[in-house]
Amino acid sequence: MSVVHVKINGIPVEVEAGSSVLAAATAAGVKIPTLCYHEDIKPTASCGLCIVKMEGSPKIQRACASPVQEGASYITDDPELFQARKTVIELILSTHPADCLTCIRNQNCELQKLAADFGIREIPFDARVKRLPKDESSPSIILEPTKCIKCGRCVEVCQDLQGVYALEYVGRGDGSQMQPACNLPLNDSPCVKCGQCAAHCPVGAIYERDDTELVRQAINDPAKTVVVNIAPSVRVGIGEEFGMGDGALTVGKLYTGLRQLGFDKVFDTNFAADLTIMEEGSELVHRLTHGGVLPQLTSCCPAWTDYMEKYYPDMIPNFSSAKSPMQMQGPITKTYWAQKAGIDPATIVNVAVMPCTAKKFEIGRDENMSASGYKDTDISITTRELARMFKAKGIDLSVLPESDVDDPIGEYSGAGTIFGNTGGVMEAAIRTAYWAVTGKELEGVDVDAVRGPEGIKTATIKAGDLDLKVAIVSGLGNVKTVLEEVRKARAEGKEPPYHFIEVMACKGGCISGGGQPYASSTPNRAARTAGLYADDKRSAVRCSHQNPSIKKIYDEFLGAPLSEKSEELLHTKYHQRPIYQ
Amino acid sequence: MAFRNYILVCGGTACESSRSQQIFDNLKLEAEKQGVADEVQIVQTGCFGFCEQGPIVKILPEDSFYVKVAPEDAHELIAEHIIKGREVKRLLYDKEKAAKHAQVEDIKFYQKQFRIVLRNCGFIDPENINEYIARDGYAALEKALFEMTPEDIIEQLKIAGLRGRGGAGFPTWMKWNFSKNVESDIKYVVCNADEGDPGAYMDRSTLEGDPHSVLEAMTICGKAIGAHQGFIYIRAEYPLAIHRLEVAMAQSKELGLLGKDILGSGFDFDIEIRLGAGAFVCGEETALLQSIMGHRGMPVPRPPFPAVKGLWEKPTVINNVETWANIPVIIHKGGEWFSKIGDEDSHGTKVFALTGKICNSGLVEVPMGTTLREIVYDIGGGIAHGKKFKAVQTGGPSGGVITSENLDTPIDFGSLVKIGSMMGSGGMIVMDEDDCMVDVAKFYLNFTVDESCGKCMPCRIGGKTMLGILEKITDGKGTMKDLDTLTEIANTMRKASLCALGQTSPNPVMSTMKFFRDEYIAHIVDKKCPAGKCKKLISYVIDPAKCKGCTACARKCPVSCISGSLKQPHTIDQTKCIKCGTCIQTCKFGAISIQ
Repeated sequence: MSVVHVKINGIPVEVEAGSSVLAAATAAGVKIPTLCYHEDIKPTASCGLCIVKMEGSPKIQRACASPVQEGASYITDDPELFQARKTVIELILSTHPADCLTCIRNQNCELQKLAADFGIREIPFDARVKRLPKDESSPSIILEPTKCIKCGRCVEVCQDLQGVYALEYVGRGDGSQMQPACNLPLNDSPCVKCGQCAAHCPVGAIYERDDTELVRQAINDPAKTVVVNIAPSVRVGIGEEFGMGDGALTVGKLYTGLRQLGFDKVFDTNFAADLTIMEEGSELVHRLTHGGVLPQLTSCCPAWTDYMEKYYPDMIPNFSSAKSPMQMQGPITKTYWAQKAGIDPATIVNVAVMPCTAKKFEIGRDENMSASGYKDTDISITTRELARMFKAKGIDLSVLPESDVDDPIGEYSGAGTIFGNTGGVMEAAIRTAYWAVTGKELEGVDVDAVRGPEGIKTATIKAGDLDLKVAIVSGLGNVKTVLEEVRKARAEGKEPPYHFIEVMACKGGCISGGGQPYASSTPNRAARTAGLYADDKRSAVRCSHQNPSIKKIYDEFLGAPLSEKSEELLHTKYHQRPIYQ
Repeated sequence: MAFRNYILVCGGTACESSRSQQIFDNLKLEAEKQGVADEVQIVQTGCFGFCEQGPIVKILPEDSFYVKVAPEDAHELIAEHIIKGREVKRLLYDKEKAAKHAQVEDIKFYQKQFRIVLRNCGFIDPENINEYIARDGYAALEKALFEMTPEDIIEQLKIAGLRGRGGAGFPTWMKWNFSKNVESDIKYVVCNADEGDPGAYMDRSTLEGDPHSVLEAMTICGKAIGAHQGFIYIRAEYPLAIHRLEVAMAQSKELGLLGKDILGSGFDFDIEIRLGAGAFVCGEETALLQSIMGHRGMPVPRPPFPAVKGLWEKPTVINNVETWANIPVIIHKGGEWFSKIGDEDSHGTKVFALTGKICNSGLVEVPMGTTLREIVYDIGGGIAHGKKFKAVQTGGPSGGVITSENLDTPIDFGSLVKIGSMMGSGGMIVMDEDDCMVDVAKFYLNFTVDESCGKCMPCRIGGKTMLGILEKITDGKGTMKDLDTLTEIANTMRKASLCALGQTSPNPVMSTMKFFRDEYIAHIVDKKCPAGKCKKLISYVIDPAKCKGCTACARKCPVSCISGSLKQPHTIDQTKCIKCGTCIQTCKFGAISIQ
């Protein structure tokens, strides 16, 4: 690595060659105001706030997009730069509705923060706010173009990070918009509902559909039994909304809080994650031993599933037929648990709390999502929505006592909890597949080869005589690389390059899902990831097949993995979908 | 076969729109009919430059310069000039002196011009490669391929001191040298023909009149930097230029001057045409390259500069049409020769599209350092209709106004910047006393606001906000504080905008505010438009002493707001008047005035 020496406001700093001035300033402990910049995407350089001067150059540069020059000295703030920045913010505010009090981003809006930091008390320009209709066509994501500041983050995220191309720059000049091409409603666009646009939007222009009112109505209805299950990543995300620090593991407090909200039973999606491993792992072993179609592709991420059905329908035979944990938890709740508890499943309202916006779509994607004879999951809300429900009820998660999950579909193994991390499904599967193939338990359990934040990871795992070749992808934009390898091998009639591929649509996995508290950043992702691995480490049982509740459900109800009952309740089918509706 | 006469018919877009194609067809037909088809060669050329007088037909060897020719004149031109050897005097440019002075060199419009870029325009048939070759075409390429190293080529450009003609004036040799010095298996050469400034048509005419000069130059560049692929990015609104480029490319390929193993040298170079969809911002080089790659035409931050990382991340030299057209001449005649033309600051010539309130509008090419006064008065023939000169706008919507006090400024890159304007690509719009400078600023800003890609917030919001303030002022609702606000936004746009479009779009406003502040104040304080242009600030008034009561104005008024009895003074109902100006044009007694 070659290094470059520069000065930021006189502070000498050494950074990697090719780093941006912004990165150098950060390294020097100097904060440059930004709005459009986000570390996950290449700079759109649209806001003009991060302007800096380089000594000896008449040109003003954008710190986010300008690579440092050896020996250069940069000035990040002076009266001229301050005034220009202030005017830019005032200009943006003159076209932005001052709806802060009723905005979904109230108190966590990046524009609001800038206005506060710069002490803007009045806007010297005539207000020019264009009121445009909301796009509420999608079950997951709402577009509110009136609030859009056209920073371009969502477009870069959608196209570059995710490779989806649902959002586009449309129109030009004052009429430019970030929206689906051809003025299509979002739901008719290639959108896969991953919600990364919402997670990266600095203002309240893109956000999740809020279903909290449906949950409240259910809770307030005495005729209903309302149960909830929480996804792995929720437990390491929601604490951030209550000042508990990045990645804080809140699981015991979360159970208590959910009971205080009024849920009749608190279950855990991690239980179903263990069930998924039993089914999906068995499916993999079956494919490996019976000459099935390989590689097997994971199917627990609904955005990925949607993407595959639109962009890679030729991979349908490779898809694991196992449903996602949420959609296994649902039918089990309304059959197995309902029978055990003696409750009419028609009166059960099953709520899932997910880090994900695509889950709102998944619960109604087709008739297989009503395997129990009822809608398996009635409502899916995001971590952010749950946090708002807590706050509205005056529940401060940070001070709650811990409590335990309800039986018999709440107990989980360490393998179930790491489902939220990229590589986690793979690791959980390896732990159980190793046992299934060799008859022995994997020593040490931790599979470091499949861990880490990289967008594409590959590994070969020895399981007896078998060299299990695996690939792990996070961030849909990385899928292409791996799937093209598969397509190429298939076209050439060669052995597939992998046996098993895990895909999670969001960078870093579900911990950074589109429904998680706003925080997309490398350190935040690392903290949440560490939180889930810590949950795994502290678990007494760390393999899905060892989970006593899992053993019990097979004994009492399902029989065995891939049994007729399992197939009926826990497996599904995929269909090619048009990219544009 | 030798011909007795050559008839050159202008085939530029301006003359074509005045039926020059039909003139050409009729001349051929008449020559055939009158039995002289074997004695005259009739050629369609590129633009003569003197568009004010088009369509133009020139007959050699007499060098008779016929102007405003109609298709119906073909019979007479053949019968009189070709057969009887008598000039058709009524069609000659300078009719009074026609007996003696008919030749091109006697026409004042051409006297102060010096043609390098336009050397072949109006002389050759652009669709016949042999005519280009006959005038030293492709000699430079041959020299570059067989006698020169890449370093030699770049050295000649350095000696010549050629600076980019697209507006910014960056030394061309440096661009080439950057690309040459980057190690890369693939490099690209791009011609920026996305000319978009209002009133500018230098590049269009060059391509229409002399397409091979650009092809030759790009190939030379390919040799100099080690590129084998070129792109010409041209707006789809230039169909004639595109057609002539296509014809030229086909012909040069046929002769082995383009494509594989050019002239047997082993060097390969090919060119593709890419059509722009009419976005002004695509003339900005980074946006243009995005567009070539199939992306939305939006500027991206520099560095990296295209010369280092351009198309598909590969080194890319991008030059404007006029820059390219200079290169074959420089290589052929040597950098030394070129460096002697022009002044200290800038070498060579500059082509301007001279338009607006000028007698001789057209395309002019002058040595750098020529003064604005020479262009406006000697070449342009002064202000039309005896009006008073007010200002000239150079640099298009990115430039500024030049007032009468700076008329003697030499036109070169440095001097124009010093007086607050810029060279730009070569649009030169002349304004007279009837032009309101606030309105002019509004016109240009309206253009850039419309053409802003919308990506960059200072440009997108700042420009539109400034435009709103200008509209307020021309509506008579402005305040003096608005002038400070305009300055504030302009300063921010200049500093914080990503590309030149946003950085320079406040220039016309700032420049008119500087030189014509009193006009702004008149709009704001007195609620008057001194030039009588801003409709909300003027009223049409009938002077009862002069009005004869002829009723002509009342009959013509489209909104019937003029009343009065026959032979009695009329009055205008100001509440209904739409200020269209029909009445003032109708009145034969000068009784109506603007107040």
